Amino acid sequence: MNRKRWEHFSHEADMGVRGLGNTKEEAFEQAALAMTAVITNPEAIAPNEEIEILCEAPDDELLLVDWLNALVYEMATRKLLFSRVEVHLDGHRLKARAWGEPMNRAKHQPTVEIKGATYTSLKVEKDAMGEWLAQCVVDV
Amino acid sequence: MDIALFEHHSEFEWEIAPQGAMRVPGVIYASESLIRTMDHKVYEQVCNVAMLPGIIKASYAMPDAHWGYGFPIGGVAAFDPDEGGVVSAGGVGFDISCGVRCLHTGLMAEDILPVQKVLADNLYRKIPAGLGSTGAIRLDQEGMDAMLVGGAKWAVEQGYGTPADLDHIEEYGQMKHAKPGNVSERAKKRQRDEMGTLGSGNHYLEVQKVTRIFDARIARIFGIRENDVVVSIHCGSRGLGHQIGTEFLKQMAVAAPGYGIHLPDRELACAPIHSTVGEEYLGAMRAAINCALANRQILTHLVREAFEQIIPKARLPLMYDVSHNTCKVEEHVVDGKPRKLYVHRKGATRAFGPGHPDIPASLRAAGQPVLIGGSMGTASYILAGTGEGESRSFGSACHGAGRAMSRHQAYKTWKGREVIDELATRGILIRSPSSRGVAEEAPGAYKNVDVVVDAADSAGLARKVARLEPLVCIKG
Repeated sequence: MNRKRWEHFSHEADMGVRGLGNTKEEAFEQAALAMTAVITNPEAIAPNEEIEILCEAPDDELLLVDWLNALVYEMATRKLLFSRVEVHLDGHRLKARAWGEPMNRAKHQPTVEIKGATYTSLKVEKDAMGEWLAQCVVDV
Repeated sequence: MDIALFEHHSEFEWEIAPQGAMRVPGVIYASESLIRTMDHKVYEQVCNVAMLPGIIKASYAMPDAHWGYGFPIGGVAAFDPDEGGVVSAGGVGFDISCGVRCLHTGLMAEDILPVQKVLADNLYRKIPAGLGSTGAIRLDQEGMDAMLVGGAKWAVEQGYGTPADLDHIEEYGQMKHAKPGNVSERAKKRQRDEMGTLGSGNHYLEVQKVTRIFDARIARIFGIRENDVVVSIHCGSRGLGHQIGTEFLKQMAVAAPGYGIHLPDRELACAPIHSTVGEEYLGAMRAAINCALANRQILTHLVREAFEQIIPKARLPLMYDVSHNTCKVEEHVVDGKPRKLYVHRKGATRAFGPGHPDIPASLRAAGQPVLIGGSMGTASYILAGTGEGESRSFGSACHGAGRAMSRHQAYKTWKGREVIDELATRGILIRSPSSRGVAEEAPGAYKNVDVVVDAADSAGLARKVARLEPLVCIKG
């Protein structure tokens, strides 16, 4: 069964991003797409340029925030938007590749800049049905 | 929230008695109707802040309080370093020293109306706004460090504005004890091309007219009259501040157990003021305050250029500049004794009363100007700090209207184009690169700023001076 999907959830001032999937990796990947979707429609981003991201944290939850913040940093400094990601986890070490294209204001109509991923409503967990969830609120 | 959770001390003061691990009470200043509509998360967050080591007197929330990160937005808390007090990255927030500055124009509404459209277009052309916009300045390593130490003073030395501006900025435009060496290379890289940019989200630049004066004496001291036109700028420390917030939040969350600090919520990440991490954060945060002050100073210069091209006679002296995401060392009298405290204001404005030495001499008799941003289509306010406020909330007041509806919900409710057209029929011109951004910031997504400001005034935190309504809004 394909459980891969992303959602947004409400936070009073900002926006929650949630990734779901069969594995923790998939949930992390989908959370990243949910974050892109706060800015623009991910389907409008061509996966032309590739970058690599590495991070490490003491636990799954801090690792999710580190992963999303690494993407925020790459978006801010390279002026890229990402539409495809591939995450590999080894314990609390993450190695990922992300594909996207330079932000084009006419094409992507970006809504809002993400300041950072936060620890609010932060969760990485597997439910009784074996579905993984990775979520947090992002500050915009 | 259920009002039965509170001890009701006066009409606008709601106290939460210490319970569990709370070291001090919680106090929310608000009207009953604001309390009833406030998210229960504000209650939880006010209580959590009250559990932090070294907190003095109470954990406060202002009338515009809403659900934040660890601290409520609209939260105020002071810590004593000699009682194990902490400094918290979450208590300052990601957008360090986000704030509002207000410029006089010397113009009346009738001077603007004939050129309103060309002025709006020119401001939009000159002010980099929205995601991915860049400024004209590129700083090398040395220039970056000089900016992080010098703040608005540095910007003035580079030709952005005049030395007279500096008198009308908190800290006189330069936060002392900033440590650029504590700011990571990543944070500096994120700022490389963002000097003099407005940002996005709830950040804006507005041309506003004064529609009502509430206190003629203070308004005269501030230099504002009914029908005057002013310019307000709301933005912060851009990518640099966001990156510092991100990095120290993690560093503090990981280090807290080692300092024997139990965090009821990870987002409350903090470190003792007297600790390596605490001191490193303070140095970096102060550098970010300077970045925000420099940024608003450069934007001021761009606004002046944009005005001059359309209305050559316009002069735009700075009325005042306030920051509402900070931690500052201040002297406050507690139980009759003066104490040096580290006052966190997360979405709260410093509001010192008349006579306070930190207020510039020309404004001192009135109290500090407190600049309250509304939302695009509604009003903004200028208030003045009070002596009472200094004893009630460590000299703090609200900072804005506060959201009533999430972005998610707002985007589903409104279309950007409709919002822009509707505001145009009311004489308000919006310029923004993002239609969805406008929908998410629709006036209806915010609380009624009039009610919030009335509560701050009635609670004695700050006094109402003037109400402002927008003519032009540049939205990032």
